[in-house]
Amino acid sequence: MIRVALRGLAGRKFRTLLTAIAIVLGVAMMSGAYVLTDTIDKAFDAIFVDSYADTDAVVTGKEAGISFEGESAPPAPIPESVLEQVRGVDGVEVAAGSVQDLQTKLIKPDGESIDTGGAPSFAFGVETAPEYDRFNPLNLVEGRWPKGGREVAIDEAVAEDENLGPGDRIGVAALGPARQYEIVGVAKYGDLSSIGGATFAIFDVPTAQALLDKKGELDAVQVAAEAGVTPDELVRRISAEVGSSVTVQSGTEQATEQSDEVATFTQIIRYFLLTFAGIALFVGAFVIFNTLSITVAQRTREFATLRTVGASRRQVLGSVIVEALVIGLLASVLGLFAGLGLAIGLNKLFVALNLDLPQTDTVFATRTIVVSLLVGTLVTLAAGLSPALRATRVPPIAAVREGAQLPRSALSRHSTKIAVVTVVIAVLALSYALLADAIETGTRFLLLGVGVLALFVGVALLSSRLVVPLARIVGLPARRLGGAAGKLAEGNAMRDPGRTASTAAALMIGIALVTFVGVLAEGLRKSNSDAIEQQIQADLVVTSQDGYTEFPAAVGDAAADLDGTELVSNVRQDVAEIEDKGANLTGLDGSTVTSVYDFRWTDGNDEVLASLGADGAILPDDVAEDKDLAVGDSISVLSTDNKRKDFVVRGIYDGSPFYPLLGTASVSQDAFDALYERPRNRFSLINVPGEPGAAQKSVEKGLESFPDTRVQTRQQWIDKEDEEISQFLLLLYVLLALSVVISLFGMVNTLALSVFERTRELGMLRAVGMTRRQTRRMVRHESVMVALIGAALGLPLGIFLAILVTQALSEYDLQFAIPAGALITFVIVSIIAGIVAAILPARRAARLRVLDALQYE
Amino acid sequence: MADVVNLPERDGAAPVDSVVEAHGLSRVYGEGDAAVHALRGVTLGVERAKLTAVMGPSGSGKSTLMHLLAALDQPTEGHVSIAGNRLDDLNDTQITKLRRTHIGFIFQFFNLLPMLTAEENIDLPLTLAGEKPEAAFFDDLLDKVGLQDRRKHRPSELSGGQQQRVAIARALVSRPSVVFADEPTGNLDSRTGGEILDLLRGSVQDYGQTLVMVTHDARAAATADRILFIADGVIVKELHDADEHQVLAAVEEITLR
Repeated sequence: MIRVALRGLAGRKFRTLLTAIAIVLGVAMMSGAYVLTDTIDKAFDAIFVDSYADTDAVVTGKEAGISFEGESAPPAPIPESVLEQVRGVDGVEVAAGSVQDLQTKLIKPDGESIDTGGAPSFAFGVETAPEYDRFNPLNLVEGRWPKGGREVAIDEAVAEDENLGPGDRIGVAALGPARQYEIVGVAKYGDLSSIGGATFAIFDVPTAQALLDKKGELDAVQVAAEAGVTPDELVRRISAEVGSSVTVQSGTEQATEQSDEVATFTQIIRYFLLTFAGIALFVGAFVIFNTLSITVAQRTREFATLRTVGASRRQVLGSVIVEALVIGLLASVLGLFAGLGLAIGLNKLFVALNLDLPQTDTVFATRTIVVSLLVGTLVTLAAGLSPALRATRVPPIAAVREGAQLPRSALSRHSTKIAVVTVVIAVLALSYALLADAIETGTRFLLLGVGVLALFVGVALLSSRLVVPLARIVGLPARRLGGAAGKLAEGNAMRDPGRTASTAAALMIGIALVTFVGVLAEGLRKSNSDAIEQQIQADLVVTSQDGYTEFPAAVGDAAADLDGTELVSNVRQDVAEIEDKGANLTGLDGSTVTSVYDFRWTDGNDEVLASLGADGAILPDDVAEDKDLAVGDSISVLSTDNKRKDFVVRGIYDGSPFYPLLGTASVSQDAFDALYERPRNRFSLINVPGEPGAAQKSVEKGLESFPDTRVQTRQQWIDKEDEEISQFLLLLYVLLALSVVISLFGMVNTLALSVFERTRELGMLRAVGMTRRQTRRMVRHESVMVALIGAALGLPLGIFLAILVTQALSEYDLQFAIPAGALITFVIVSIIAGIVAAILPARRAARLRVLDALQYE
Repeated sequence: MADVVNLPERDGAAPVDSVVEAHGLSRVYGEGDAAVHALRGVTLGVERAKLTAVMGPSGSGKSTLMHLLAALDQPTEGHVSIAGNRLDDLNDTQITKLRRTHIGFIFQFFNLLPMLTAEENIDLPLTLAGEKPEAAFFDDLLDKVGLQDRRKHRPSELSGGQQQRVAIARALVSRPSVVFADEPTGNLDSRTGGEILDLLRGSVQDYGQTLVMVTHDARAAATADRILFIADGVIVKELHDADEHQVLAAVEEITLR
């Protein structure tokens, strides 16, 4: 029986392959997601393990342990004296101090700073004498290590990209204006092929200390033990000597801690990509289900014959299951290896979207192989189960009776009821998941996932009822313009509503999801620009290059000194703990801020700002409500520099919850500067006397020495944010395109099988005078109709999901907006998909020789 | 209709040694006004090691009778036994087992599995039952149907006659109690049809195979030991060892009735 199944597949190689592709792509996405993120993980691991390979113990400052929305402050530096203390400890062979920074920008020869796309831009101050070489994870590619206040070594990628080498000069900007250094060396990190978007600049320790405003301070002391002293023993001895104001860890602990932090980040990317793999597999399952259903129906006589010569139902079931198993396994193996290629493609996509991550040799983990093969095969099997069960219901008498009908199963008699119930349950699950407050995040996501899947399945089940009315609507142009071929095409589309429905359903899923993200993105864009327009009154806005990291306060001071500015108001920001919770603290210049930021007070007025003093604070209304605070209440603030101070709430304003530009609490600039060693600005808001566009150029020029800044008008800023949303949307579209492609293969399959099934009918049509052109047109029209039915189902579904999410996020003022242009594009894409899917089947139908087709049995 | 009732009782009453027995078979398709009475109470026995032909014009009920006798369909009334097993007592699994040991089929359109070779097609009933063919018998069978040199060919590489030979071998390979042939020559030219009939006749003579053949071809019916004529759902006439002329005369008699 297995032989029957295998031979059957072997006899239909092309069709089997076409069917398998539906799963190949999903599995490739999955394996690609694993390969890419594993490779990134390994590269990061290598960075950290290399960094501490020959380090037995590391002394660092205490971490403040405060973080907010992914931002956290680096550990405070330690006094340089600790190094001498450590060197004195018994059992220490050698110890070296280093300083580092994550926001030191390298300046290209054209004056632009190098954009790392969110990746760190390191500055290292390291001891480069040979005896300290073991602590240095960097390897020189060219030149020598820097020595003294004017020399720097840079990383290989920057050297190559900018065509720089020893002897050239490069600008470096940390806290102050950019300064020029002479390049004396080019280095790389361990043996990594790429450190992604990250850059580094290496100095000797005193130069880095000066650059980073850390005179007399170190960020880490790395220690190697004498022979016979274990790392743990070394850690114990050093701890005893230096006390508890600093952290002492073994090198391994330090490396693990750092790579764990990064692992969380790659984990997010992994799940993000796996979600799209899941969607692709789900669509693939629809295609497999549909194809197998059709082939089972077409092989009714074959199954009946098997039954008459003694095959049991179980054997018939087995033969279809084996078929699905083989298709699934074949597809999974192909997909697994295709994933290796896809991983490269995904990385290219990320790089194109300015998310360049470190790379090393490709990691092809056992987990990737096992999970990809297992999931791909199981999904195919699950999709094949229903067709297999249908095959067992073929009665033996079908072997002798022309056109025997399969008995309807008990389930299919109630299909409409089941569909309605599924949709209702799905909508309830989604509403509950999105609108209820007290659910755990995990449960919420589970409910969402199940709800969306159930919704798609339910609508797909229901869609066989909708096919006939929908076909009449979308068939209108075909009827009008397609002549006889168009009319026949419409009839064909409606002939087996179940088949048309499940073919269209596969496309529906893709269309629904792109519609969903498209509509949400449009709402996001609108909410974003409204929030900015509501809050910002300034003519010009200065931010860092990426728009969100804080930049040195010196920038604001420099701007204030410029001639063309009328008023400069600095908005400081940093992470803090407010009422014992991670938060953002903002420092405002009370005397100027009201001219550049529009406070819409719910309690208080603009006067409050001028009199904030040393202990006054204002809160956005959502925070006040959340923490149950009112004017006159006291809040406790702990800065990342470990300074604590209590403030009194003086005013409450509408904080634009969708995009709050001010932090969880705002205090006066003086109070802020007292809490932080190195205060940084989130914005410098500038008013100019004349036309902002003209002034922008002169301000830009005035701030030239601070390359990591961006000077924009309010509209430019909004446009820039829009562009970033569009870029992310594009990434989502590209990833979702995969499922649209899969449904395209599903359409090709269904059409090809339908043409095969109607061979005799096509012969008859040709015999009574249908031309080849008309035949092709008939198949093409049918295909386009199926595609349009998919779009007609998918568009409203996507909009519905977007409404649901918008409702759920209403407390954040997320708006709902329909991107008409995008939706029209999706309809056009569907039509094109229909035309493309019809190419091969239509050609086949037109090529049939009339006589052969009529004699076909 | 009334004429039919007036005819003498012509039911093929159970012979002494019958492999298949049917009692009071009737079969109604559809319900109410649309109801079609395909069979109206047929009782018969199929004799062991004989070739029984069932003849009748289109719509006479001969196909329905065969479907009921061969356990492909259930009668509205009455019951069938094959080799002593009452079919109405059996569930699907038991009927499957019964098919493996007691029933063989030969179809008008051959119904071979296109992906299997001739040999594998012939083997199929045994393979499904988890058995192996007896080598000597299998060889003899291939000789008999003249397919020794076509063993590895796929159905698409065989002529219609050759395909039907494969089907005959497949029906005989498990030495079933009874083989049902449904218009076995219906899709073949007359010369090839003749060869197939010889083969079927031979299987009765050489192997003592019991065979029931449904046909509307007088020449095919004339090869039978016993011919049952069906019209309007009842058996109206029975002939033994008739030649083609007698068969044609009988057909004419029934048609003119």
